[in-house]
Amino acid sequence: MKKLLTGNEAIARGAWEAGVTVCTAYPGTPSTEITENAALYNEIYAEWSPNEKVALEVGLGAAIGGARALVAMKHVGVNVAADPLFTLSYTGINAGLVLVSADDPGMHSSQNEQDNRHFGKAAKIPILEPSDSQEAKEFTKIAFELSETFDTPVILRITTRVAHSQSLVELEPRQEIHLRKYEKNIQKYVMMPGFARPRHKVVEARLEKLKEYAESFPFNRMELRRPEIGIIASGVVYQYVRESLPDASTLKLALTYPLPRKLLEEFASKVETLYVIEELDPFIEEQLKAWGIKVHGKDTFPVVGEILPEIIKQKLGPLFGEENPKTKVQDPCASFPNVPVRPPVMCPGCPHRGVFYVLQKLKLTVTGDIGCYTLGAQAPLNAIDTTICMGASIGAAIGMEKARGKEFARQLVAVIGDSTFIHSGITGLIDAVYNKATTTVIILDNRTTAMTGHQDNPVNGRTIKGETTKEVDLPLLAKAAGVNRVVEVDPFDLAKLETTIKEELAAEEPSVIISKRQCALLAKNFDTPCQVITAECIGCLRCMKIGCPCIIKEGKKVRINATQCVGCNLCASVCPSGAIRKEGAANG
Amino acid sequence: MGETKNILIVGVGGQGTILASRVLSNVLQKIGLEVKVSEIHGMAQRGGSVVTQVRYGQKVASPIIPEGQADIILAFEKLEALRWLTYLKEEGIILINDQRIDPMPVIIGAMEYPDALDNIRQRTRNVLVIDALKAAQEAGNVKTVNIVLLGLLAKFMNIDQDVWLETIEETVPSKFLQANLKAFKAGLATTENLNLNKN
Repeated sequence: MKKLLTGNEAIARGAWEAGVTVCTAYPGTPSTEITENAALYNEIYAEWSPNEKVALEVGLGAAIGGARALVAMKHVGVNVAADPLFTLSYTGINAGLVLVSADDPGMHSSQNEQDNRHFGKAAKIPILEPSDSQEAKEFTKIAFELSETFDTPVILRITTRVAHSQSLVELEPRQEIHLRKYEKNIQKYVMMPGFARPRHKVVEARLEKLKEYAESFPFNRMELRRPEIGIIASGVVYQYVRESLPDASTLKLALTYPLPRKLLEEFASKVETLYVIEELDPFIEEQLKAWGIKVHGKDTFPVVGEILPEIIKQKLGPLFGEENPKTKVQDPCASFPNVPVRPPVMCPGCPHRGVFYVLQKLKLTVTGDIGCYTLGAQAPLNAIDTTICMGASIGAAIGMEKARGKEFARQLVAVIGDSTFIHSGITGLIDAVYNKATTTVIILDNRTTAMTGHQDNPVNGRTIKGETTKEVDLPLLAKAAGVNRVVEVDPFDLAKLETTIKEELAAEEPSVIISKRQCALLAKNFDTPCQVITAECIGCLRCMKIGCPCIIKEGKKVRINATQCVGCNLCASVCPSGAIRKEGAANG
Repeated sequence: MGETKNILIVGVGGQGTILASRVLSNVLQKIGLEVKVSEIHGMAQRGGSVVTQVRYGQKVASPIIPEGQADIILAFEKLEALRWLTYLKEEGIILINDQRIDPMPVIIGAMEYPDALDNIRQRTRNVLVIDALKAAQEAGNVKTVNIVLLGLLAKFMNIDQDVWLETIEETVPSKFLQANLKAFKAGLATTENLNLNKN
């Protein structure tokens, strides 16, 4: 039976068919749905871990313990999980372990577009790259076989287009895998120097075997067509090549590390001009050049962004006698300069909005973090100074204070979400206390991991399987770290919020303000929409400074889009003339 | 082998484009075609510009529609129709919901909302604009705008109506089924034709 699945659904299906019983992850676009779908299978224990490092550690524990484990994360998550990953390469596994790295060329939803194939090479572990959903499922299963055959973790590297595109997948039954025997083996699993030195030799020997195996890996496929041009591609780019240059000889690589040298040399010898088309870094190209194979790559194709089919057609189509395509590759906005961009915005009723309104009003320096609230950096709120990675807000605020002094810190706050705080903010907070900074931290606690699509987390008391569990007590956690000043506020009480922020900034010690209100998309916090009494509106436009998509300027005054407004009343609380009221409320 | 056909569905996060594309792709699969669908989401669900690319035929390689290659663009919002117009084939058709949703640069007064329909009509012949919100209201549920538009799309696709209805039945929750079926038929029964706006 064939079913239309996204790459992520297909990976979850592949894991299930491969007999996986443990799946762990921290949510991150474009990887999130892998674990959400794996959690739907009764045979699989799934969890949202507090961060990617813990996810991989739970995964490796399961694998060493004898069960096949799938661990999924977005590309930047692998940075967090890199520490266990590199040493797991030394210990190897017992039952199979597959790490899915979901890269995001083009940065559809990410802060950078790093190429995670480098991790495979650096950790000396194999990388498989599927090009559609069918392969996403098949390669997941093959990855478990490889993992167990070579006693190594395996990286399944996908990109946004594979993760989020749907194509037909042949469904197969689950293979029941018995729990492998667990035996204590400290030479293999306790990586202190005396044991790690011989394990490094094992890693190098394994890599040699993998190189040999790569030569005959059946999913690396040479497709000989016209001999003038040969193209090497992997992942979704292979599909783009088939589409754009159907006559080109193509070497489709499924295993992109280690590379099959002989196969590549053979292919190179059969074509006149050789190209590698790969998104992001010249990962394959550099290896070919190191082997002395003449090849074009980044001299023709961009390092930055996605390599879309029309780019391939434009660059190489003429070599096949095609006319240069008429349409140019361009940003659609660029062709119509009068088309305003439509960036994502905080939703109507979003509890973050009031916090950023106050921060902007007080003209504070704000170190930011990763989540919906990153949108507070945009106009009209313009209230964030830095956003680097998960958890960086608190460390960055400490560093700014250490560089510029305590006076500067009187005008400086760190903002971080509840899930992000648990992910890696707590260590920053401990640093603030331990190293005597006076940092003011605002935890934007909306009771969910919102940006990635409302995943449960340790703060909201629910697991991925929908079970209730113990909630982390944020105030108690902050206090245990040594923070004396911990305050909870309702972000819709702007006056209280402003006073609290001022008080905590003035205090010469670390403080934590917990701004607590459930995400507007989950909570039905409010009832009737607001409306503007036009006769009373003085046209000051202060309500427009909160950046609500429901408030629309009309002439010199404003009106509220009643179909979108959820009635959070935030605009009413900034209106100096009392012109905004709930629909149906009496005048005055 | 038949050629690959391309449909681009564009709109604003929250308008229901994803459900519409799900029904469409299931219909195409049901009539025995290979289908590939590419959807970019993530931050887009927060009221941003969203796009779904649907490709189908006997054999489909890339899940992405190259610029200038869409046979049909189904636009849930006028500005988004204009934004993605460069993806339309020269002889392609663009079906537009006559709805305006202001993006943040317009809301804060930094930019004007352009006359999208006029801009589009200047650049392409095959334009059809309907008021899907009104049709949805008449069908009894304002939230079925997406299915009204799907009905409009079906009018141009030459696939047996029963396949559509059956697929809608399998896809939408049963308590909304009647409103959705009504909405689909309303879209399908659109009497306006292409090119009427050209003079």
